[in-house]
Amino acid sequence: MNRPEPAPAVKPAAATAAFQWEDPLLLEELLSEEERLIRDSARAYCQDKLMPRILEANRHEHFDPDIMREMGQLGFLGITIDGYGCAGASHVAYGLVTREVERVDSGYRSAMSVQSSLVMHPIHAYGTEEQRQKYLPKLATAEWIGCFGLTEPDHGSDPGGMKSRAQTVDGGFRLKGSKMWISNSPIADVFVVWAKDDEGVIRGFILEKGMDGLSAPKIDGKFSLRASITGEIVMDDVFVPEGNLLPNVKGLGGPFGCLNKARYGISWGAMGAAEFCWHAARSYTLERSQFGRPLAANQLIQKKLADMQTEITLGLQASLRVGRLLDEGKGAPEAISLVKRNNCGKALDIARLARDMHGGNGIVDEYHVIRHLMNLETVNTYEGTHDIHALILGRAQTGIQAFC
Amino acid sequence: MKVLIPIKRVIDANVKVRVRGDGSGVETQNVKMAMNPFCEIAVEEAVRLKEAGLAEELIVISCGVTQCQETLRTGLAMGADRGILVETDAELEPLAVAKLLKAVVDKESPDLIILGKQSVDGDNNQTGQMLAALLGWPQGTFISKIEIKDSGSAITREVDGGLEMLEIKLPAVVTVDLRLNEPRYASLPNIMKAKKKPIETISPDALGVDVAPRVEILEVTEPPSRQAGIKVESVGELVDKLRNEAKVI
Repeated sequence: MNRPEPAPAVKPAAATAAFQWEDPLLLEELLSEEERLIRDSARAYCQDKLMPRILEANRHEHFDPDIMREMGQLGFLGITIDGYGCAGASHVAYGLVTREVERVDSGYRSAMSVQSSLVMHPIHAYGTEEQRQKYLPKLATAEWIGCFGLTEPDHGSDPGGMKSRAQTVDGGFRLKGSKMWISNSPIADVFVVWAKDDEGVIRGFILEKGMDGLSAPKIDGKFSLRASITGEIVMDDVFVPEGNLLPNVKGLGGPFGCLNKARYGISWGAMGAAEFCWHAARSYTLERSQFGRPLAANQLIQKKLADMQTEITLGLQASLRVGRLLDEGKGAPEAISLVKRNNCGKALDIARLARDMHGGNGIVDEYHVIRHLMNLETVNTYEGTHDIHALILGRAQTGIQAFC
Repeated sequence: MKVLIPIKRVIDANVKVRVRGDGSGVETQNVKMAMNPFCEIAVEEAVRLKEAGLAEELIVISCGVTQCQETLRTGLAMGADRGILVETDAELEPLAVAKLLKAVVDKESPDLIILGKQSVDGDNNQTGQMLAALLGWPQGTFISKIEIKDSGSAITREVDGGLEMLEIKLPAVVTVDLRLNEPRYASLPNIMKAKKKPIETISPDALGVDVAPRVEILEVTEPPSRQAGIKVESVGELVDKLRNEAKVI
């Protein structure tokens, strides 16, 4: 995929390369031509079409489903799936797109991640060919919007304790239980839901809007991801036909396989939001003068900018590496935990710094950093909190699990 | 109908252009490049002609360094069928580009050539006109609308006084203006498919074209930075300055 570059000419010892402040380790050169084209197309769409809408969407807690359809048209949904109307691009390409979308808003990226990694991926990985044919093409264009039900009101970090049950009945299953914090659920057509069967084994089911006993009330009053719609899934004895069971997975490995994909994308996305905050803080402190000179002339400001630049540069390199490992089939879930945890935590710190550097203007939505800051509070929490990923990494190196 | 769309790789329009330290030109090292925005409009229009069943084959062509392949790939991802790269490291002036294009037109015999009215780097606005002259074909510049008819093509041009409607016979050269269309974003599946579309590489020598520059660049400088304004005390002083300093009244 990477075209071999001609061997660099040996330069005289005195010559030093010019430093690219926006891309200190020249990430650009590590991307293939096709990955750069995908990134450029995604960036153009996000800046031209999403950026102008986000202010009002966030202010009024509004999610426009047309955005999903536009993303579908551009092939942003199910990027890594080959066939079924999907692009079949690399994991790195997927990461580059999430970075561009989240540079605008974590809520838009969440909607995209859920559809791609949490709905299309399990149907592709664990479903029958019939299920793939039925659901994937319509999810790829966002004619159908999907959601993913794992978390419950009393079971967040501990999904193995879920209370949702799938009782075997004639011709299928009867599902009972409720799911909480479900992105897209109030507008979803397709629900990938996890519940325990008669033997207490976690199984995946595809539910459809309109099934008797299925409802998805919206959660109001979020101070974060306001441009993405979130709700519950309430299953009151919903009959699900046998054909809607995802047959090829049993146990927590099913939902965790989906979460791995999503968490990897989030590690790139969080860096996109962080980059926005960094660039905004740099511009603002260069332009804003106090005491007769730009704020950026202060050592305290430059130290913060250097920290932002460093963390983002390292975080992007790490995500790129994990993406390459995933493409080579060598991406361990723990490696994904490492970048998800690091990049989300660092992005949140960067957003807080950027908010601070904007002074009073930093709390106004027109400067966007407060929105990223509020969004990243969620991004740092969902899909495995910062601390839970620490426990995963701790277990992986000590052999002792410290969850309970 | 076969359509040829010449496209150019330029510094991305969102990048702040900097003059090289020695004043020999502008900095392009490690600067983000992209397809010239007017060229994107040309590709879009050609793709729409194909989607409407009016064109069968779309060929994008670019003249310049190896990296122009990436620009061609963007054109292919937008919907063109194949690409031609006339590869050279030489600085190309509009006349050289027009001659290279003419040599390719002689081989490919397209029915229509659609290109941007100008590139946002040189702002020359010459290549299309020179190409039409070299070919002896009719030309329609700065078009904001094009319709293909049996007899030829009906075009609308944006001119100083308003709009000018013309009919021109094919084959013809048209150059496009901003309001012709809004170019699409290349979709991911189409970017993946574009990888498999062919790009042929040829050299100016093989086309028998001398691309040596006719113009010598003496120096490139930054535009002068804007001076701060002043406040005048009275209307009389303002009128005096307008008349005697600015000499505009």
